Amino acid sequence: MNYFPDEVIEHVFDFVTSQRDRNAISLVCKSWYKIERYSRQRVFIGNCYAINPERLLGRFPCLRSLTLKGKPHFADFNLVPHEWGGFVQPWIEALARSRLGLEELRLKRMVVTDVSLELLSRSFPNFKSLVLVSCEGFTTDGLASIAANCRHLRDLDLQENEIDDHRGQWLSCFPDTCTTLVTLNFACLEGETNLVALERLVARSPNLKSLKLNRAVPLDALARLMVCAPQIVDLGVGSYENDPDSESYLKLQAAIKKCTSLKRLSGFLEASPHCLSAFHPICHNLTSLNLSYAAEIHGSHLIKLIQHCKKLQRLWILDSIGDKGLAVVASTCKELQELRVFPTDLLGGGNTAVTEDGLVAISAGCPKLHSILYFCQQMTNAALITVAKNCPNFIRFRLCILEPNKPDHVTSQPLDEGFGAIVQACKNLRRLSLSGLLTDQVFQYIGMYATQLEMLSIAFAGDTDKGMLYVLNGCKKMRKLEIRDSPFGDTALLADVNKYQTMRSLWMSSCEVTLGGCKRLAQKAPWLNVEIINENDNNRMEENGHEGRQKVDKLYLYRTVVGTRTDAPPFVWIL
Amino acid sequence: MEKVGVCDDFVNLKATELRLGLPGTEDGCEEEKEKVSCGKSNKRALPETEKEIESTGKTEASPPKAQIVGWPPVRSYRKNSFQTKKNESEGQGMYVKVSMDGAPYLRKIDLTVYKQYPELMKSLENMFKFSVGEYFEREGYKGSDFVPTYEDKDGDWMLVGDVPWEMFVSSCKRLRIMKGSEVKGLGCGV
Repeated sequence: MNYFPDEVIEHVFDFVTSQRDRNAISLVCKSWYKIERYSRQRVFIGNCYAINPERLLGRFPCLRSLTLKGKPHFADFNLVPHEWGGFVQPWIEALARSRLGLEELRLKRMVVTDVSLELLSRSFPNFKSLVLVSCEGFTTDGLASIAANCRHLRDLDLQENEIDDHRGQWLSCFPDTCTTLVTLNFACLEGETNLVALERLVARSPNLKSLKLNRAVPLDALARLMVCAPQIVDLGVGSYENDPDSESYLKLQAAIKKCTSLKRLSGFLEASPHCLSAFHPICHNLTSLNLSYAAEIHGSHLIKLIQHCKKLQRLWILDSIGDKGLAVVASTCKELQELRVFPTDLLGGGNTAVTEDGLVAISAGCPKLHSILYFCQQMTNAALITVAKNCPNFIRFRLCILEPNKPDHVTSQPLDEGFGAIVQACKNLRRLSLSGLLTDQVFQYIGMYATQLEMLSIAFAGDTDKGMLYVLNGCKKMRKLEIRDSPFGDTALLADVNKYQTMRSLWMSSCEVTLGGCKRLAQKAPWLNVEIINENDNNRMEENGHEGRQKVDKLYLYRTVVGTRTDAPPFVWIL
Repeated sequence: MEKVGVCDDFVNLKATELRLGLPGTEDGCEEEKEKVSCGKSNKRALPETEKEIESTGKTEASPPKAQIVGWPPVRSYRKNSFQTKKNESEGQGMYVKVSMDGAPYLRKIDLTVYKQYPELMKSLENMFKFSVGEYFEREGYKGSDFVPTYEDKDGDWMLVGDVPWEMFVSSCKRLRIMKGSEVKGLGCGV
């Protein structure tokens, strides 16, 4: 390859798109490193504090697309205080100063402000795509800047963000000349929507493929929108209450029949179940169905809908579907690859909506299943062993038994054997979430068999430090380890400090690690940021002789090349 | 650990908490939001006791479980969206503003406490010290200078009484008692 001119090599590199592959290429030799860095257009940064914008731009001056992730995963469950960090502002400022031709920005779990959005909208004339997932800190005013100033906007995709809705006119801020929209997702906005502005925007966007509406868009507006956009591929229905005989419903039925490209359906944030039948004519085309917010649609209506969806690859649903409903899914959806079953009763004290039977049925009926997230009340080892036999192809297996420490409900044994069977059979397993009663044994299995495991979530599990050690020693590809309420302490934490160089991050909360242990770790590993999050004044971490006994409530450590961050709030102590 | 102490302090604070809500009502959803961390423990119940709980659990309602912070692991966004649904479906009251032409300030009423139109009318008449006259299907309200109107979901101003009560409650966003010359157009069928 060294005999080819650089342009040829660069052209070859254009075909290499995966970040991991490009990282590998850059390590081959100096000239490849140089060619690769100038031609790199997309960069993914899994932890925004592992690097800083200056160094990023120093290496990749021709960046077009940037993905940033901020808070650790457990922030999704309120375990990380809001002011912890993950601010996008310094990134946007640095990118703006460098006059980069940024076209795409994807952020997850970051703090985004209206100021940031305004700066973003004004600094990059070619900006095309904004995707915000689980972010917070901004309002519809920020959206108005994006709408008004980004002349070539293609994607505005807001997924599950906490947005302060000022009920302003952000939709009317899209100029009449804006006709380039491909994706418009504002399902997470809580306030009123200017329906007239929305209809006009959709009508002048011939390339619109993905439209996800919020609660405030009623059924008659939906019908009109679908008439304007029969080319739609991905639809999120907003408010779906109506009287089935009304004129709007008939119009909707007619409009739906014309949407022959519709493949993905979601939303139904407020839904009257009788109207689902309007969608039956296009169900045979659906590859993705997300009814996980449709709390008002119960078993029989869900089943009637799903019976038409023979091509479904992805299904997100509530546990109100029941084991019976899952059996219908198993017999109908033979192409199913990903299933998520969410709990309706979050207190976990009520109906046994789905059990191990539903999971077994799915595993038996859906040979292509590779990703599952399953919330349930009970589980058995026998069921998990059967699931492992039926589905050796799992890449992601996340099981959440709602009651912590719950054993096999038939034998009262821990679920070690069940999960052991899963990791032994599923040789490509990359992500695993455990629950139920578990001893150190399950971790021995994981360390032995889960060779491809990259992310592991542990809660209320294990007996001694041995458990955590099995994982740290065995799982060579581990990147993200998150542990809560488990009896792992300093011995496990400090056993192999260099291990953390190969991982993105480690989270431990309500475990047995002490302040002394964390300090020793920070001393041994200056390339790690060891953060102690301590919101409780009673437990103020003090410099005294009792560090060996002072338990740390929340520990978050991650490798970094840019040292201690400077934006940490007072309750975060970086050792 | 000290967690039990924290638990007690929290419970005592609740008595002095300022909340919006009628006195004497226990807001079930508020409890869910109070994340108390005393439920978690690293100790595991012995297998025998676990079995006991299992068998009795079927015949009686399980005791209310202490809330564990961040459990079950469901995104707060998702949890919150179910919260709003719960509030609405449990009838946490449907308060709408009521304005009366000429009155210096507005009032608010809870539509869900009324069963039908006459009850609502009586309540409004008492609140603002007026009377609406009699309702006729064709001509609207006759015999009074006052006409009750409401703004519906589409933003249109409608005469109160035309649609079935349930439909009215679900579509009414605010009420306005119109008076005087404007009324001639709506109420008197002239």
